[in-house]
Order: sequence, then C-alpha cells, then structure tokens
Amino acid sequence: MTPDGARPSGSGEVTPAQGGSPVDRRAFLGHVIEAACAGSPLLLGVVKLPALVAQESGGYDATEHFYGMGVDVTKCIGCARCVAACKIENDVPEEPYFFNTWIERYVLRPDGRVEVDSPNGGLDGFPPIEDEGNVLRTFFVPKLCNHCENPPCVQVCPVGATFITEDGVVLVDEEYCIGCRYCIQACPYGARYMHPDKRVAGKCTFCYHRLVKGKVPACVEVCPTGARVFGEVEGRATPLAQFMRFNDLQVLKPNLNTRPKVYYANLDVEVR
Amino acid sequence: MQGYIYPNEYELQWSLLIVLYPYLTGLVAGAFILASLERVFNVKEVQPTYRLALLTALAFLIVAPLPLQAHLGHPERSYQIFLTPNTKSAMAMFGFVYAWYLMVVLLLEIWLDYRKDMVQWAQASTGWRRWLYYGLTLGATDLSPRALRFDESAGRWITIIGIPSAFLLHGYVGFIFGSVKANPWWSSVLMPVVFLFSAIVSGIALVLVLYMLTTMFRWQKIDMPCLDKLAQFLFYALVVDASLESLDFIHRLYEAEESIEILGQLVENRLFISLIVLQVLIGTLIPLIALGTTSPALRKGGMFRTPPDLRQLIYLTSAVFVQIGIFSIRWNVVIGGQLFSKSLRGLTVYKVELLGIEGLGMTIALLVLPFAILWAIAKILPPWPESEAVRPAAPQTA
Repeated sequence: MTPDGARPSGSGEVTPAQGGSPVDRRAFLGHVIEAACAGSPLLLGVVKLPALVAQESGGYDATEHFYGMGVDVTKCIGCARCVAACKIENDVPEEPYFFNTWIERYVLRPDGRVEVDSPNGGLDGFPPIEDEGNVLRTFFVPKLCNHCENPPCVQVCPVGATFITEDGVVLVDEEYCIGCRYCIQACPYGARYMHPDKRVAGKCTFCYHRLVKGKVPACVEVCPTGARVFGEVEGRATPLAQFMRFNDLQVLKPNLNTRPKVYYANLDVEVR
Repeated sequence: MQGYIYPNEYELQWSLLIVLYPYLTGLVAGAFILASLERVFNVKEVQPTYRLALLTALAFLIVAPLPLQAHLGHPERSYQIFLTPNTKSAMAMFGFVYAWYLMVVLLLEIWLDYRKDMVQWAQASTGWRRWLYYGLTLGATDLSPRALRFDESAGRWITIIGIPSAFLLHGYVGFIFGSVKANPWWSSVLMPVVFLFSAIVSGIALVLVLYMLTTMFRWQKIDMPCLDKLAQFLFYALVVDASLESLDFIHRLYEAEESIEILGQLVENRLFISLIVLQVLIGTLIPLIALGTTSPALRKGGMFRTPPDLRQLIYLTSAVFVQIGIFSIRWNVVIGGQLFSKSLRGLTVYKVELLGIEGLGMTIALLVLPFAILWAIAKILPPWPESEAVRPAAPQTA
C-alpha cells in the first residue's frame, strides 16, 4: 500500500463509482489539466510528495515520525491473536503460507536440540510438546517484517516498487510491482510472500493506513499481554522509547547489517 | 519438508524457468567468446565455427528474456524496468545490459561480418530473397576494398568490446544471485566468476555439438583440426570452471559459517543427484578425463592416440555431458538456493509442474525455441564455411 493509498477515506468527495453523478467530458478534461498542473511541480521536485500527502491526510506529516516496534519475548503467550488481527485488517490471504506476521514456538531440549514450529503461523494453536519432561526451556517469538533501515528488499527491487517511507516503514506499491520476487529472495527474515491474487509482493505495512490516523498497528492493539510495543524509535516519550530504554535489545540477524527496527527484548540466541 | 521453515517459504519463488534463464544467457556468452577466439585471438583452427557461434549466440539471446517475462507476476509491467529502473538494483540493469549486448555487440558484428555476402547474395538472387538481402544490407552495398577493410576492422573492434560485454552479460547474472546476502548458498563473491566460466564451458560445448551435427547432416566432412581445437579449449575452460567451483566449495567448508550444517544437509538430501552425480561426475569429471586424454589439450596429438571417428564420438559425448552438467549447475544454484529455509533450520521440496506457464512443457518449449530460431536464421544467413566467400551462387540452405 502506498502512502497515497493510505490516505484516510471519507474526505467528503463522492466519486461516480460511489454513486455520484458521472463526470462529463469537459469536467474530465478540466481535471486532467488540473492534475497536470498539480503534477508538474512534483516532477520538477519543487514540492515534495510526503508534504503533499501530509496536507491531504488530515495533517499527518510523515517527516515527523520514525516508527519501530518492540517485542518482549517473555510476554508472548503464543495466542496468535496478532496473526488473526493482521490477516483481517490487511486482507492477507487466509490460506496458510501467507503471513505478514506469525508466531514461532521454540522448544529447547537439555541435550542442545532446538525444535521450532509455527503451524499455520500459530493461528490454529500449537500441538502439545512431545516428551514434555525433557524440556529445558520453551518460548514464543512473534515475527514480522523488520522494517529495516538498510533493507535489502528495497535495494534489489528493479523498478523501485518497494520503498521506505519518510517515517521509516517499508511498503510495496501494488500498482507498480512487476512480481519478479527478487525482494522475497532478498529478505533474510522470510517476511515477504507473493500475494496469490494480486500477483505482487505482500508484507507487513505496520498497518500504515492506521498509522496515518494516529492508531497503532492491529497486532499491537489486540495483543493481550502487551508483548508488542509500537511507537517512535527516537526522541519522543512513546511506549517504544520506554521499552528501548529499559530493556537489553536484540535484533534478528544483526550480522547482515540490515539494521532492523523491530527490537526484541529477552531474545534467545537460538532465534533466527 | 524437513525441520522448520518460515511459513512464507512454503512456496518456492523462482521456478524451473529461472533455471533456464542463466542457462540460456550462459550459452550466449560462451558462444560469443568462442567466436572471439578466432576474431581477436587469431585461433584460426576454429574459423569454421565462427559464424555458427555468432548466430547461436543471437538465437539464444532472443529467447533468454522469455523465461523471465513468463515468470513475472505482472508481465505487462515489465517495461517499467526500462522506464523507471531502480539504479541500486542489480536486476534493474538487466534491460540495459541485454539491449547493449543485442544491439551494439551481436547484431552489429553479425551485420558487419555478413554484409559482403548479403550484397552478393542479393545480386545473385531473384524475387523476395533479393529484396530480403538488400533490406538486410540496410542499403550499404559498397564492396570496394576500402569498405571491406572497414567492415573487417570495425568487426574486430566490436568483438574486442564484445568480450567484456559477454563477461558483463553473464557475470552480471551471477551477481544477481551472488549479491543476495540473505541466502548463504548464493552469497559468494565467486558467483559471477563461476557463472562466467561455466558459461564459456557451456557455449563451447554447444557450438561443438552444433558444428558436428550440422556438418554431419549436411554430409560434409568434419574439420578435425577445428574439432580438436574446440575440444582443447573446452578442456581448458572446464579446468578453470572446476577449479573455481572447488575453490568455492573448499572455502565454504573451511570457513564453516553458521549455515554450513544446513547446506551440508541440502547437498546430502536434496542435491545429491543433481550436484554430486550430474554436475560433478557426469558434467565435470568424465568430460575432463575424456577430453584430457584424447584431445590435444595436454599433449600434441592427445595422451592416447585415437582414430578421428572415435575422437569425434568422445568429443560429442563429452560435450553433451557438459551440457547436462551446466544445466545441473544452474538447477543447483537457483533451485538449490531455495530448498533450505533462511531460518537455517529446515529443508523444503520443489515439485516441477508438468503443464502451466512455469511448467516442464514451457521449459522444454523455451529450450527448443532457440534451435528453431537458429535454424531459421541459418536459412537466411548460412553460417557454413562453404557458403561464405565470393561465390555468386544463391546461398545454400540448411
């Protein structure tokens, strides 16, 4: 979803599709000329797109934000309400194997063996642990796009259809993506998939359409234990700033220098 | 499936068609580099294959983008790669590298090389063929010694530019894979170089096979010094290629990074046939031994003296084995790189579709298509040594 696509609806305009009167040819031409005039400063770089978006999205100014997410692994109970909420909120295909976010369960055995599973992303619950008496430690880890500051997916996209917004969210322009899947290959976290109906790359958007309305992502809102914390990465006194201040943080696969903005507290070394 | 894979990894992203793409571009680059041996490095023995190699490169280059196009989720938007390329993306450069290679290198070199013949064929033909050849000369019908000297020298310069371009074309395909840091099976600085040398190997082997078959089916005598030279270069290229592959393998084993365990499982459980049997044994070791002992690569006249007929059979078999090996390399890279999870905790499977746009049928069709195109081009521009030269007769057809 693009920043444009994330504009709040209900701005009062009625389009023909919504039942308004059809635009006649003269009015249409007028709109075309208006659009061309409005577009030219953009092409010339005089006016910046985010500023325009900000004007048109009820005062939301992307340049004033820089989002990230915190995940406290010890708080996650593996209920996967976040997964369900995400699927509903973002029209993620219901069938398994397409997830913007999912829950992994780790079972560490005393002999060093590590068992990981995520049946249907955790949506249907997890099967009982085999050989329960022989468990060293077990925990759940929510996963999602890390909205990296240095995202390989954005680097490799041949047409620039996937991009970072000024507020630090990695998005895909569905009208522009050619469906080459290079970004899916380039993501080290398995956070992208090919949308089976739209034939474009799909991924977590941090619920960008909610952010511009001042709401938190759906997964954060529904989490019953507060394992997910959302907010500004720097500067402001948001829950995330507090989370980052009072926890030892880790990110996934730091050696790849993707600089993730999903920060984990109490993450086990076994988690990749 | 075995172990744990991320939920989004159940669907394999790049299918058989993407195996085909580096295979085809490799053949293009390899065939062109073979052609340049004669033109730039004055290896006169391989002269009978010069034009055949150029036309082979062209036929395969025409087909090379088709598997990519067929694979896209939105093929109708593919032109955006040209209009709004992301300059930081390796893949975005595809269109430009491809266009440069097709327009500036291949077409121009073929045109310069055939111009004189096309003029003569036009003069000697009647009807539509006459107009066809006139059209192909683009009106440049000057056959004065000065004009011909220009053709020769311009052609030579284009070949000189063409060699790094061919390196670029295929090295770049290797870079597309080698630069994916998320994938430890792909991420290797050696990838472009390995791709390049395997391309040279595959190109020489393909032209060798085509030269033998087309000569036999035209009931002509095979030029043995030419064939020996091709076999010799095939052997050298194979030695470099195998050394680079081994270096990559040893380097990975020695570094033994986090991914080594899952990659070991990958080779053992998923790629045993395609890597150990097809790539290493059939595609590399057997041809190396066969060519090393019978071709003049290591000793003039070969380590073992063999009658020409037997040698031809050995060369042909080795070249076919090499093709199987190179296709396996592409498979092992493209499909192999997707058979393990980026969580490094599990393996997945790939089932080749039979029909459908990314299926086996389509792949076979795209593999046969370059040969059909080559056949058609050879009808118009015969690459055979006996059709060349000053003969005013109408060109012989295939």
